[in-house]
Amino acid sequence: MNTPMNTPANTPLTPHDPASIPANPPQRALGLHRELDRVWRNAPGLRGQITAVSHTTLGLRFMVTAFLFFGIGGLLAMLIRAQLATPNGAFLDTALYNQIFTMHGSIMMFLFAIPMLEGLAMYLLPKMLGTRDLAFPRLSALGYWCYLLGGLILIAALLAGVAPGEGWFMYTPLSGKTYSPGINADVWLLGVTFVEISALSAAIELMVSILRLRAPGMKLTQMPLFAWYMLGTAAMMLAGFPPLILGSVLLEMERAFGWPFFDPERGGDPLLWQHLFWLFGHPEVYIIFLPAAGVLSTVIPVLCRTQIVGYGAIVAAILGMVFLSFGLWVHHMFAVGIPHLALAFFSAASMLVAVPTAVQIFAWIATLWRGRPELKLPMLYILGFFFTFVMGGLTGVMLAVVPFNWQAHDTAFVTAHLHYVLIGGFVFPMLAGVAWWMPLMSGRRRVRGLGEAAFWFILVGFHGTFFLMHLTGLMGMARRIPSYPENPEWTALNLSSSFFGFVMTIGFALFAIDLILQAGFGKRSVRNPWKAPSLDWAMALPPPNYNFASLPGPALQQAGAEAAMLALAKGEGLLPGAPRGRREILVTSVGTARPEHVAILPVNTGLPLLLALAISAFVLLMLAGLYTLAPLALIPVVTLIWIWARRAMAPLDATPIEVAPGLVLPVQPGDGGTLTRSGLVSLLFANGTFFASLLFGLAFISLVSPGPPRPLWPADRTVLLATGAVLALLAMAALGLPRALSHIETGRRAGAGLPVAFAANLLALALLLALGLGQLPDPTRHAADAVRAALVAYVGLHAAIATLFTAFALDQARRGELAPGRAGALRNAGLWQSYTLAAAAVTLAALWAQEAAS
Amino acid sequence: MALALMVFVLVALGFGRPRAITEGRWVFGMGVWFSLGVLSLILIAALWVGERILPHGPALEVRAHARQWAWSFSHPGAEGPVTSEGVLHIPAGRPVDVLITSTDVIHSFWVPQLGGKMDAIPGRENRLRLEAARPGTYEGLCAEFCGLEHAAMRFEVIAHDPAQWPPVSPEGPRP
Ligand code: HEM
Ligand SMILES: [Cu+2]
Repeated sequence: MNTPMNTPANTPLTPHDPASIPANPPQRALGLHRELDRVWRNAPGLRGQITAVSHTTLGLRFMVTAFLFFGIGGLLAMLIRAQLATPNGAFLDTALYNQIFTMHGSIMMFLFAIPMLEGLAMYLLPKMLGTRDLAFPRLSALGYWCYLLGGLILIAALLAGVAPGEGWFMYTPLSGKTYSPGINADVWLLGVTFVEISALSAAIELMVSILRLRAPGMKLTQMPLFAWYMLGTAAMMLAGFPPLILGSVLLEMERAFGWPFFDPERGGDPLLWQHLFWLFGHPEVYIIFLPAAGVLSTVIPVLCRTQIVGYGAIVAAILGMVFLSFGLWVHHMFAVGIPHLALAFFSAASMLVAVPTAVQIFAWIATLWRGRPELKLPMLYILGFFFTFVMGGLTGVMLAVVPFNWQAHDTAFVTAHLHYVLIGGFVFPMLAGVAWWMPLMSGRRRVRGLGEAAFWFILVGFHGTFFLMHLTGLMGMARRIPSYPENPEWTALNLSSSFFGFVMTIGFALFAIDLILQAGFGKRSVRNPWKAPSLDWAMALPPPNYNFASLPGPALQQAGAEAAMLALAKGEGLLPGAPRGRREILVTSVGTARPEHVAILPVNTGLPLLLALAISAFVLLMLAGLYTLAPLALIPVVTLIWIWARRAMAPLDATPIEVAPGLVLPVQPGDGGTLTRSGLVSLLFANGTFFASLLFGLAFISLVSPGPPRPLWPADRTVLLATGAVLALLAMAALGLPRALSHIETGRRAGAGLPVAFAANLLALALLLALGLGQLPDPTRHAADAVRAALVAYVGLHAAIATLFTAFALDQARRGELAPGRAGALRNAGLWQSYTLAAAAVTLAALWAQEAAS
Repeated sequence: MALALMVFVLVALGFGRPRAITEGRWVFGMGVWFSLGVLSLILIAALWVGERILPHGPALEVRAHARQWAWSFSHPGAEGPVTSEGVLHIPAGRPVDVLITSTDVIHSFWVPQLGGKMDAIPGRENRLRLEAARPGTYEGLCAEFCGLEHAAMRFEVIAHDPAQWPPVSPEGPRP
């Protein structure tokens, strides 16, 4: 991927040192702006809202929507506090109370925190990295629509009184069909998984954009810290969300079809759900924390008029957190009866993760010491963060200590700790970030005074509410209870908690009013009001969709926002304007950001909304229990994805482009290192963790779970033959595709390799279907049978997608679109094929081991 | 607490005049070594306490069985196990192992004053060591959310004078 090959079609001049790229001649800034704006702007009116794919529009929209959901979640929190204000609070009955706290937790985690950080990152990263958009603009839009539609399903369920009420971590068997017969739990499983699509697509998008779209010469080791934080976050999301998605899929299969993954009577295990959930749930805390810390590391140095202390140490701390946090999930399961040695190990790991946190905290304090901090509004929120988060960290260490945890587990103490970490570690930094970037987003100045008032209300209200809840927790008040005995100490504390909760709400309302006033009525802000050095301020306010009229090379990246702004607007950077009427950006190499090729991004389109609607039709059919109809909804999904992929191809007439004097870059990289390929690699990484979690499930159910023994499965000769044939067919396809590729790249026709690959995949799929329907034991019989069937289904799904991949390439060959340097579809099909083959082989080995172990 | 105070004071001092700082001392000295030191101390203390409250040696075995939304218990009596609803009888002054099970969903056995807490998981049996120093009645509750009546899932532990163990009749004289 790093060394572009020279192909006959284009002979790019690739300087080894981006610093030596000469500047383009200056042009009239206004002319450039008009040219770019025509190409990049959203369509007017409502249509523009539906078809927009710009990261600026979508980032803002993610954040605004997340704030609205925060409002809804906050409203629910107020209902909770109103109910708990008095001992025998009578205004919510138990069933409703359960729905309300479950929805409060789920909304805050899945519909507020995650989308909020995605939105901020989507909005900022291209600006900070010096490019014009994210790698996959249509994917950003798809993510948004999935988020919105999934969120609306959850809210609709809440209004209809069928919201889930099993707690935000949905422990089985309580959330299984027997104990939650209604559709409430299905709403959670399907709705949240739907929203998760947006998290995964955002993670892929951010990952690829950070690694491949940085301005030329911006080495990984020089990029803004915020980008490092988001790189860590994206990696954690790619590894953390698949276990949750897997858990939700399995639980939904149990509820819908009776596959007993978690049912102890039929060999399932409720603890499997807990492992899968916390495998996601613990990294989730750091997924939320890292972007917030990224905001702090960005804002603190500028407000102190100095540079961040310890850039390298912070990067190391981020990486440390990413790895350590995955070793920690068990710390949420201290009371399930886990061997002492394991507990000691996880206690140690839980505490070890405090070290990278401490490194960052001391780096920030050292920055404060070195500089001259200014007490502007964002700084107030930063102080609020220090004050709150450090206390949350302390109670966290208390919880990590096992004996103490046994006492405090599942009391109001945990609720209090959780909010100290989440509000201290996430909400305060985000509020700082919003205050910081509001001039950029709105182009206006703040109305004085209101923001400070909001801050004090929030700070006092927050500590009033939750500090007291530590105490009620220590007095033994359990969480998730709608009423409590009339114990005089408890009563007073709870009443005060509720009172301060309303104070905090007033604060958030003031904050919202402040934003609205600023966006609607503020005076126009000057450019770069904070005198920040970074590229995100080197543009007009509010920023145009294309961000930069030309892209900054190393000299302009160092020059500071003020100097860079003018030169960039006049087109002195790389790839100035949009003379070809296309949305063009530069793709650079992963490590050193050497320019590799020019990518042409898609224009405004309604396709993402259509696709999201098609997926939601599937989700709604599943929710309605129409399981035979639901697969029909997949037809439009597949069709739309096909159209999507066809539109992604670079125009046939695209010739190499001179991005700077003497530097000519191709539009199709000769070695196939396209953005799509990087995206596919990221997707396969996430897919791999999904598969690994499924294998973990297999091992757990086969080896660890107590319960009735696994019934025998006498796998006969037919099964052996069939599985051998499937493997051989998949291998045949995996060999055929590279052959076809080498034919194309040497200027010949694709040859027999491609149709053979297609036929082999189709046949493998048919065999797997026959095997699954005819030969496997009934998956409802025992959990081991269910996992086996799930694994076979996983391989089948991959064979089906491989069939589509090869069909797509075949179609391209038929149309004569495959040519040297333009065979991306074939390369990507090959990648998917290899993954499918590997997954099938591993599955076979795992199933064989399962049989051998008994 | 002292740690939190230290951080607050350091932050406050940051608002003074700018001054030269040594990066290494802050980031590695404070960030890595100092925090590692504090954490190891806490961990050692925790393991030491944890080890002490772990089951060592033999103990009297009683059973706690959870269902939505009530507890039943049993303890060894003069002739075979004696069962009781909502009340667990144990002797005071000697270690007791509670064997915890559940029929339906996950519950959690917790007696705040006696310490410790253990989940009741269908299909599994968990063991929790308790010791009541003095005879008396202790309040217990279910500490894992288990559905509608979760809040009402309370119980009592009655610790009897060791001299009167086993109690003649569970409903006998309360200490
Ligand atoms: C706006 C101020 C907030 C207030 C007053 C508030 C209040 C509460 C209360 C009282 C509970 C306990 C419910 C119970 O155990 O019966 C709770 C639970 C929870 N809150 Fe908040 N909260 C607030 C904001 C947040 C935020 C910003 C987040 C996350 C980013 C959050 C995440 C959660 C979670 C995950 C739970 C656990 C839900 C469960 O037990 O299933 N809260 N909140
Ligand atoms: Cu219970």
